[in-house]
Amino acid sequence: MYLLSVKNLTVHFHTRNGIVKAVDDVSFDVDHGETLAIVGESGSGKSVALYSLLDLIPRPPGKIESGRALFEGTDLINRKEKELQKIRGNDIAIIFQDPMTSLNPYLTVGEQLMEPIIYHQRKSRKKAKIAAIKMLSEVGIKEPKIKIDSYPHEFSGGMQQRVMIAMALIVKPKLLICDEPTTALDVTTQAQIIKLIQEIQIKYKIAVIFISHDLGVVAGIANNIAVMKEGKIVEKGTTEDIFYRPKNDYTKSLLSSVPSGQKITKSFVNEDILLRVKGLVKYYSSGNKRINWPLYNKNKEQKFIKAVDDVSFEIKRGEILGVVGESGSGKSTLGRSILQLTTLNSGDVYFNNTNLMLLSSSKKTEIRKRMQMVFQDPYSSLNPRMTVFDTLAEPLLYHSISKGNKILDDVYALMDDVGLPRSASKKYPHEFSGGQRQRIAIGRAIATKPDFVVADEPVSALDVTVQAQILELMLSLVEKHNLTMMFISHDLSVVRYIADRIAVMHQGKLVELDETGNIFSSPSNDYTKQLLLATPLADPIKEKERQNIISSKI
Amino acid sequence: MLGSIKHKEDSPLHSSLPSKGGGSLWSDGWTRLKRNKLAIVSLVILIFFCITALLTPIIAPYGYEEQDLLLGASPPSLDHWLGTDIFGRDMLTRIMYGSRVSLAVGFIASAVAVFIGVLWGTIAGYSGGKIDSFMMRTVDILYALPFMIFIILLMVIFGRNILLLFLAIGAVEWLTMARIVRGQVLSLKQQDFVEAAISLGLSHWTIIHRHLVPNVLSPVIVYTTLTIPSVMLLEAFLSFLGLGIQPPESSWGLLISYGVETMEEYPWLIIFPGLFLSVTLFSLNFLGDGLRDALDPRASKD
Repeated sequence: MYLLSVKNLTVHFHTRNGIVKAVDDVSFDVDHGETLAIVGESGSGKSVALYSLLDLIPRPPGKIESGRALFEGTDLINRKEKELQKIRGNDIAIIFQDPMTSLNPYLTVGEQLMEPIIYHQRKSRKKAKIAAIKMLSEVGIKEPKIKIDSYPHEFSGGMQQRVMIAMALIVKPKLLICDEPTTALDVTTQAQIIKLIQEIQIKYKIAVIFISHDLGVVAGIANNIAVMKEGKIVEKGTTEDIFYRPKNDYTKSLLSSVPSGQKITKSFVNEDILLRVKGLVKYYSSGNKRINWPLYNKNKEQKFIKAVDDVSFEIKRGEILGVVGESGSGKSTLGRSILQLTTLNSGDVYFNNTNLMLLSSSKKTEIRKRMQMVFQDPYSSLNPRMTVFDTLAEPLLYHSISKGNKILDDVYALMDDVGLPRSASKKYPHEFSGGQRQRIAIGRAIATKPDFVVADEPVSALDVTVQAQILELMLSLVEKHNLTMMFISHDLSVVRYIADRIAVMHQGKLVELDETGNIFSSPSNDYTKQLLLATPLADPIKEKERQNIISSKI
Repeated sequence: MLGSIKHKEDSPLHSSLPSKGGGSLWSDGWTRLKRNKLAIVSLVILIFFCITALLTPIIAPYGYEEQDLLLGASPPSLDHWLGTDIFGRDMLTRIMYGSRVSLAVGFIASAVAVFIGVLWGTIAGYSGGKIDSFMMRTVDILYALPFMIFIILLMVIFGRNILLLFLAIGAVEWLTMARIVRGQVLSLKQQDFVEAAISLGLSHWTIIHRHLVPNVLSPVIVYTTLTIPSVMLLEAFLSFLGLGIQPPESSWGLLISYGVETMEEYPWLIIFPGLFLSVTLFSLNFLGDGLRDALDPRASKD
């Protein structure tokens, strides 16, 4: 008998615009101690399928239309709320994607850890506290006796996720549902968390259902994989079958969308340097003292966070420079300071041999036309009250690039360039998918025919198949308009695919800058090596090898 | 390898035609508003009230001072459709004359408040730093000023004047608006599209009026529909204290406050002015809701 056996589960959302079939006739089984990965893009229904089992979907509009979910032989669907609460706390635990929002910021970590023990197992506070401390040390939190009285914001993202795992495991569940547990984390932290989940699974012999969009993450840990698309499971099988012998077309396209391989680097004969950055420094003062009262602050030293710390490099005309680093490494600040979107503490930026730091603000406007930016989040980078036409026409009109009747043709030309249908010109941003929105944002950035574009994680908010299309689009635009680009990303495989040279940033410093091939074949810096090793590979055998290398090194 | 999937995500768009309307926020908004029957009926009612208010001296059945002391307070009749007050003055005439004051105060004072408040709040929120601190502390200081003393001072210095009344009320009501707008702008400023506009080299003024103001419209409209009635009642309050307009002139608020005194003997003296005020306020609310939805492209299209 399986631990969990879901049969013909169908969940519909009854919305004003009709019925949305979120989960459509889905069946899968999970055995004791086994790991099932459910893979799919956003909106494929992978989370809803599992949340509906525990009655965690909003009802209405959600409704379980049919199906059974046998957990240890008893059906979970249509259970009484009281009984479900018991199962939720004791037998099935969930780890959510964003640890920042799933921990209560007003309660100490210890309080939140002890809660399930006190309420579900009816143990005393004292015993609960001992168990909580033990659990914290087990998930790799140092000094658990002190940390138990800390609040969530005192932990880093990775540590918060460890706390979440401790919370999930403290009741010794039989089934652990991980909903994209590492998506919000940095790649090195991700590697640690995945390792932790694997260790704990072996130790407690629990079954894990791992929901993810990232095939690389899944390759190393899953026994079985189910691929979901539009509410249906299109293919399921063992990890090896899915990766090496995919049958379904969608599975194949998912696999082929993972950026792999390396860009054939152009040889730059002419050493035409477009952008030169020298000794760039950007500090943020920590603490909220805005006014420096001489008397009041006498004994307090102003503390600084070095976001960008003495960075110098050059970008040649026509080149794509990839900038990689983890969150907080200062890569975004670097991009924004080059574009003069933030003030600098010191350093010079030469664009076409003009020092931007010495320009008056009216001259900067002139320069801005030639340097543009593509943002990470296509949902906040477009004005929700402007149509595509307005968004794209604005830079053209403002900089008097086109006038009168020509404007429509120019906007259409831009839309053709970025692969948007002309018929969409009068639509508003919310009517588009993430990928299409990013196309609009790219169109806006290239409208003024800039020489230089900073792309700040332009594909990290997108699904893998869409990501591939956008990367392809950017490469073709760079080619067509002879753009020079600074491509910021945390994803090494993406950067490897698109960049001619790669700059690695760590804690505000540029630790390594080399041609893409050299970075991957012979990294010289320790941090670069660590970063390369931490990246999961979308290939089960190579991924197992990689994991072995990591564990042998530790 | 990547080229194998080409623009699959675009497919649903190819089939659809461009949405109707001129394509800009305002013309699209108007198209959407026209589909909202309740809002359009409200708009027609409000326009009708405004026109009759403007034409009152021509179309009113009686003069606003015309008394018929012998008749006294009489219920609605053929001669006096809405009855007469205790001095025998025609209620319909008085309500029509009253609407001139009430609507003017409501719309003009609110317009003053919205204009100053939105501008002040947007500039403060967008500039940030010292300018923001200075502007918002100014608002705080004005908040702390007792409203009645402020108005009485104005009246004492400049004499009683209906225009001054508009300005005085407007000058008080904009404070809350400025705070609301500033808060909205602060959160909007965090969004990338504002930074994108800066990196396009747009001027501050362009960013404010093209990117910020349209995005604060929803709360502004909602708050405006709340401001107009409160302004009308404020005028009644001031008039009651002798600081606003004086009898025999009339306004809806004044009529209602006199109507309250004789409510038990002559109920029509409060029912009719109250009815007109209520209809106006209802229309304003429906129109406000309609406008808010119409100017938000994300609101569902049906």
